Amino acid sequence: MTLAPPQHTHGWLRLSPMNRRRLDNFRRNRRGLWSFWIFLALFVVSLGAEFVANDRPLIACYKGELLFPVLVDYPEEKFGGFEARTDYRDPTIAGEIEAHGWMIWPPIRFANSTTKLDPPTPFPSPPTWLLSEKQCRAAIVAHARGDAKAIPPGGGSCRDLEPEWLGTDADGHDVVARLIYGFRISVLFGFILAGVSSAIGIAAGAVQGYFGGWLDLTMQRLIEVWSSLPHLYILIILSAILTPGFLVLLTILLLFSWVNLVYLVRAEFLRARNFEYVNAARALGLSNAKIIVKHVLPNAMVATLTFLPFIVNSSISTLTSLDFLGLGMPPGSPSLGELLLEGKSNLSAPWLGLSAFAVIALMLSLLIFVGEAVRDAFDPRKTFT
Amino acid sequence: MSAPLLSVRDLSVAFRQGDETHVVVDRVSFTLERGQALALVGESGSGKSVTAQSIVKLLPYPAASHPSGEVLFKGRDVLKMTDASLREMRGAGVTMVFQEPMTSLNPLHTIERQVGEIIALHGGRAASSRDRVIALLTEVGLADPASRLGAYPHQLSGGQRQRVMIAMALANRPDLFIADEPTTALDVTIQAQILALLKDLQAKLGMALLFITHDLGIVRKIAGDVAVMQKGRIVEAGKTAEVFDNPQHPYTKMLLAAEPKGEAPARDATAKPILEAKDVRVWFPIRHGFMRRTIGHVKAVDGVSLTVREGQTVGVVGESGSGKTTLGLAILRLIRSQGTIAYCGRGLSGLTVKQMRPLRRDMQIVFQDPYGSLSPRLSVAEIVEEGLIAQKTRLNAAERREAVAKALADTGVDPASMDRYPHEFSGGQRQRIAIARAMALDPKFVVLDEPTSALDMSVQAQIVDLLRDLQKRRALAYLFISHDLKVVRALASEIVVMRHGAVVESGPAHELFAAPKSEYTRALFAAAFAMEAEASDVVSQ
Repeated sequence: MTLAPPQHTHGWLRLSPMNRRRLDNFRRNRRGLWSFWIFLALFVVSLGAEFVANDRPLIACYKGELLFPVLVDYPEEKFGGFEARTDYRDPTIAGEIEAHGWMIWPPIRFANSTTKLDPPTPFPSPPTWLLSEKQCRAAIVAHARGDAKAIPPGGGSCRDLEPEWLGTDADGHDVVARLIYGFRISVLFGFILAGVSSAIGIAAGAVQGYFGGWLDLTMQRLIEVWSSLPHLYILIILSAILTPGFLVLLTILLLFSWVNLVYLVRAEFLRARNFEYVNAARALGLSNAKIIVKHVLPNAMVATLTFLPFIVNSSISTLTSLDFLGLGMPPGSPSLGELLLEGKSNLSAPWLGLSAFAVIALMLSLLIFVGEAVRDAFDPRKTFT
Repeated sequence: MSAPLLSVRDLSVAFRQGDETHVVVDRVSFTLERGQALALVGESGSGKSVTAQSIVKLLPYPAASHPSGEVLFKGRDVLKMTDASLREMRGAGVTMVFQEPMTSLNPLHTIERQVGEIIALHGGRAASSRDRVIALLTEVGLADPASRLGAYPHQLSGGQRQRVMIAMALANRPDLFIADEPTTALDVTIQAQILALLKDLQAKLGMALLFITHDLGIVRKIAGDVAVMQKGRIVEAGKTAEVFDNPQHPYTKMLLAAEPKGEAPARDATAKPILEAKDVRVWFPIRHGFMRRTIGHVKAVDGVSLTVREGQTVGVVGESGSGKTTLGLAILRLIRSQGTIAYCGRGLSGLTVKQMRPLRRDMQIVFQDPYGSLSPRLSVAEIVEEGLIAQKTRLNAAERREAVAKALADTGVDPASMDRYPHEFSGGQRQRIAIARAMALDPKFVVLDEPTSALDMSVQAQIVDLLRDLQKRRALAYLFISHDLKVVRALASEIVVMRHGAVVESGPAHELFAAPKSEYTRALFAAAFAMEAEASDVVSQ
């Protein structure tokens, strides 16, 4: 005879009642929930930045052959040119393909590093909706390159010009494309930095708090010494020696950011290691590693998860400020900080600074709202009435 | 005849949680006269504390509300009073003492300041003279009150703190004194002293006493009238003697029958010794100065020897701080100790943590607090099967579930509820789950560390029966640690009385209970069985 009831499988996610309550609390916070969905939508869109803003068509048909320029590099000789990579925005190539087939472009026909040809004004050029008719007509004439058929009858107007929603920066790169790519790289950088530094911080805090004693004392002192090093100067020195890039910056920032969570996790472990159920697990003969992971860590995770959105935020701000100072990503990277810097040096082109500011502010605010909602959801005393 | 001092009529209390409203007190009525003592009895969750707190309107409004009823204190309805007149009433007309004396006192203020404050609040600053404070502290029997004035709460013992609380409550000579389980957190000897004090003061000052407790023994001792509460209703009320002699309601009958009963198995000195401990010592060093020199030791356990035999129980009794829990942990090698401990003849002292692990299967522990000893994040099945996984019993998932179900059924928990979480169970059921966790491994030796202290009286009896039943079926050896001598008497065939880390007296249970040799044991027994406070100073305050 079997006594055990059949085990129910609750799909792939089996939530304990405590977590279900937290999820409900999170859902009940309208602002946080909306921020979460908006942020998620923006993030997913920016992950597919190549399909949203690119200087290559998504799909092209040339002489009956179906091509996928966004995924595959086709040499230009295929279309009668001679360069190794095809520039689909080149009027000659574009005309050749259009003549023998068709192209489907992404909504924005610029990648973050595409230089605009034939600008209506010297760079940085303003958005098309800020141009005067005279500037537009001049740009159309320049774009036509002597081909009279390319000029619409009556000289054309601004509507016939390729739209530039937010203008270009000082190097002729489209600002919208830069923002999309910049958003992606900022958020990814923030997530990776926060994730890796939390993992290290939790591990260090767990070991200190659980075992205590001399190990704890020694590590505490080491961390105190380490965190009192002047971060910014070390960053400046290191970025002068190493060529800064995504991974190099990540590593350098990681050196200092892992310390943030250690104290918190350590305190939680110090408290939880004397819980009776931890003692009971010890009496059952569980190994220390198992006790830490199964019984003590969940206690510390509440504090960690509460802090995580704020750590992501500070990681993003750090990257942005380094870029702004010129110590961050290499020139030409689609970074929001660098766009801010350009806005500062081109005060006559307010669309640069304003759009970069708006995107950074939006991104950080959304994350803060999500973070607040997460914090409240984990607060055991919080009741939404 | 004039109106009674306190008259509660049809009082209901409801709590709002989210969208739901729970009625926790349902149309309760009683009256209380000056000089009368009424006890509200019931198990935890029966609404007795909530009733008491609504009398002084201390509930968390607006989460709490009163759908019906009135509380008339000297003819005025407390529930309709303004905040100002409420404050005037609290602390002067009606005062309250709570269960936990440590958290009821502010740890940052001295005794003098805390007692003086309440006098000053209601009687003006001039009245809060030092003499008045000393007089009050003398009245509540605090030894050497003049030198205690500058003490902080943590420097006093639990009983002394409760005396200070009572002094504060008496400062303005209240008409009504509400005591909410004032002795539950205290040792039996201290409990007896506090009860004697309260009874004495009530008679002397002629105030009304509302006493809330779950312990029927206390009711008999202190209150002339009793009201039994169950699930928010008063099911029976009347003179204590009448209710106790002739209970009408089945719930009252059940409560009265709930004392732990039964005989411990007879002592058998020939049974196989399972665990032998000789001269166990746990000394914590006291370090001092810059170089952290060891200048002395706190002797938590100092040279205790005992033998636990198969199918037998050794009871370890003593007040809190006597080192009995530390002894239990030391025997299981959960903390470091000196001396020899042998399990089935095999010495445990030299074993490493790894070597110790397989032995953990045979030696288990059940803790006092069923709320703290079960992880809130794991389901019952996960909690119970944890040991099976850790001990590498070669069982697959289905077999483990079956083993868990069997352990739960053995301890009287419905196996069908094994996928639920601890918070869905009552305290008694949780303790059964904790016992099931220990039993799932089929141990030979179990340390029971006050397994009944956090439970209601009726549940205590059930747990004691369960433990005795398990012992009989599995020939278990128990080390039973408790301050509750009634429970110990029902289980143990051998007793060790501890005080300040050392053994005061030990021997076969029936001999010890019949003729305790030492003064201390005698005082302990008097306090536990008759709630008599010993006049002599063998027990501390």
